[in-house]
Amino acid sequence: MAEIRINQVAKQFGDTHALHSIDLTIADQEFLVLLGASGCGKTTLLRIVAGLETASAGEVWIGDRRVDHLAPKDRGIAMVFQNYAVFPHLTVFENIAFGLRMAKLPQSEVEKRVNRTASLMHIENLLKRYSGQLSGGQRQRVAVARALATEPEVLLMDEPLSNLDALLRMEMRAELKTVLAESKTTTIYVTHDQVEAMSMADRIAVMNKGHIVQAASAVDVYRNPAAHFVGSFIGNPPMNFLDAKPLGDGWWDVAGTRVKGPVGGQYPALQLGIRPEDIVVHDAPSSAHPDSLSATVRVLEPLGSHLLASCKVDNQMLRVVLDSNASAKPGDQLHWSPVPDRIRWFDPATELALP
Amino acid sequence: MSTAAKMATGNVTGKSAWHKYVFTGAVILLCLWVLVPIYLLLVNTFSSPEDVSGFPKSFIPNIDTGSVEFFLNYAGVGQALWSSIKVATVTMILSIMAGAPAGYALSRFEFRGKETFRVLVLMTRAFPLPLLALPLAVMYLRIGLDDTVLGLALVHTMLALPFAVLITFSLFSGIPVELEEAAWTLGCNRFQAFVKVILPLVLPGITASAIFAFVISWNEVFAAAVLTIENRTLPAFLLQGLGNAPLHLKFAGGAVLVLPALLFIFLVRKYLFSMWGIANR
Ligand SMILES: Nc1ncnc2c1ncn2[C@@H]1O[C@H](COP(=O)(O)OP(=O)(O)OP(=O)(O)O)[C@@H](O)[C@H]1O
Ligand SMILES: [Mg+2]
Repeated sequence: MAEIRINQVAKQFGDTHALHSIDLTIADQEFLVLLGASGCGKTTLLRIVAGLETASAGEVWIGDRRVDHLAPKDRGIAMVFQNYAVFPHLTVFENIAFGLRMAKLPQSEVEKRVNRTASLMHIENLLKRYSGQLSGGQRQRVAVARALATEPEVLLMDEPLSNLDALLRMEMRAELKTVLAESKTTTIYVTHDQVEAMSMADRIAVMNKGHIVQAASAVDVYRNPAAHFVGSFIGNPPMNFLDAKPLGDGWWDVAGTRVKGPVGGQYPALQLGIRPEDIVVHDAPSSAHPDSLSATVRVLEPLGSHLLASCKVDNQMLRVVLDSNASAKPGDQLHWSPVPDRIRWFDPATELALP
Repeated sequence: MSTAAKMATGNVTGKSAWHKYVFTGAVILLCLWVLVPIYLLLVNTFSSPEDVSGFPKSFIPNIDTGSVEFFLNYAGVGQALWSSIKVATVTMILSIMAGAPAGYALSRFEFRGKETFRVLVLMTRAFPLPLLALPLAVMYLRIGLDDTVLGLALVHTMLALPFAVLITFSLFSGIPVELEEAAWTLGCNRFQAFVKVILPLVLPGITASAIFAFVISWNEVFAAAVLTIENRTLPAFLLQGLGNAPLHLKFAGGAVLVLPALLFIFLVRKYLFSMWGIANR
């Protein structure tokens, strides 16, 4: 049992607040992805769990032990470092075997595990090489294999696949996922690649400037972003946001059109959030769609599976996903309406979604 | 063909050729700078006393080991050599034992006064040795360290320590902290990680800086002359014994002094290269 509980953990480096009071619980055997822009504190949080960094405040629990004051080796963790940290004076074999030798496993077991993890990471033909003789992607796989070989209860991975080409990355992603599910490991996986996050995670924790903004399943994070940041960070292209002014009785004025929204006079203004693919485009304004909005097409990007149109609505940016053989041209007027149950409302004052 | 003419014929090749000349010239000059004195030293050492002051010399002298034999049989040389080796070895051990931990601490830990400490380490080199040697001699006499191997080695350690600290500091700084941290997460405590990961990586550099300390001690003459009487090291012994000796004996003494150091450096040259960051291929 290795549930990880992070309670009120904060970290300052001098004047920089790298982490602000993080609360996060990762269930036993869960695969949690930490997703966030560069510099938001992902590595710092991971290092605090690993015991390589001391938190300025808060507690870290693994299983039923409080581990704050334990050395990394006593925490039952393994870590894959962002810059690999493959030992240059040892062969690939000895690198992968390092943790096993420290655990004093018999030679036969060491060989078995090294060979298994090496073939898993497709590096079985590199076992005799030194890290200086490896490419960046190969080194990275050695680092992953070294962590996997120890079969830890908790696996902490800091962008472990960032240096692989797209195809290999996809393959490794699937294999890692399978292995970790079989081995019942609790995993924290750091990435800033949202596709990777979506495809692997049981749960995604989205971080921004040292806060965890939302921790939920991939679908939830995508469909119901808890904050403006999540909507604009996740999704490619990101969510559209349009200013809305209250008209009373739960009606809102969005770019001159009435849209049904939350009732309640306590908000002086709101933002309407809608994903580019949740927009219906009409041929022309008609009586069937009295409340459609209009937008001026600015740029068209044919992306194969679909056509991405960047438009202007009342001087605000709106991206719309169109069918790949749509006949739109720059300068055209587009008549559109949002799919009603996909609309999300955000309070511009707090930047949070309305409940 | 002059360089100018060559440059006129082809601009592109002219530039690289020019660079090559300068480079080769500089290399030759540097080699001569070092090798000519050594050559002269050796030639004169192995010449008969009459040939030493003679000029011009033949490139390959008639080998005459008279001076060397005389010198080696000269009473006390063997003992001085032995003293030198002892003092230099103790210096080497002491300066690495004190210097490497300091270098490690400087590269891995943040502590108050770190910068000041680094400057202070260098400052110890700012004091002229004569200024220190005399008070030291008095103090040594009081506490009974005078004329001992340890006493002299302590002074030499003081001379070698700044280098040991700064060299090991840069060695440790050149090793990513993550390597150590990776070892910690794989089941090592601090000490095991140091022994299994850091030490193998810095060993060549440590060896080099140890040798540096050895050579500093080997060449040091002032403190040796002031602080020892019976346990004279070779340089001090030569200074005292050969001051008024004939030229050919001085040359022989010089050779005996230089050769072991040269030999030593030659044996460990690949570590020296790695110390200066040149790949040891
Ligand atoms: N040792 C340190 N001293 C001072 N500031 C630090 C230190 N380590 C990290 N920081 C700061 O803390 C913040 C978070 O850094 P962190 O390495 O956790 O980011 P990250 O989310 O992992 O980014 P990336 O995706 O680029 O790896 C950054 O602003 C960084 O500059
Ligand atoms: Mg990072």
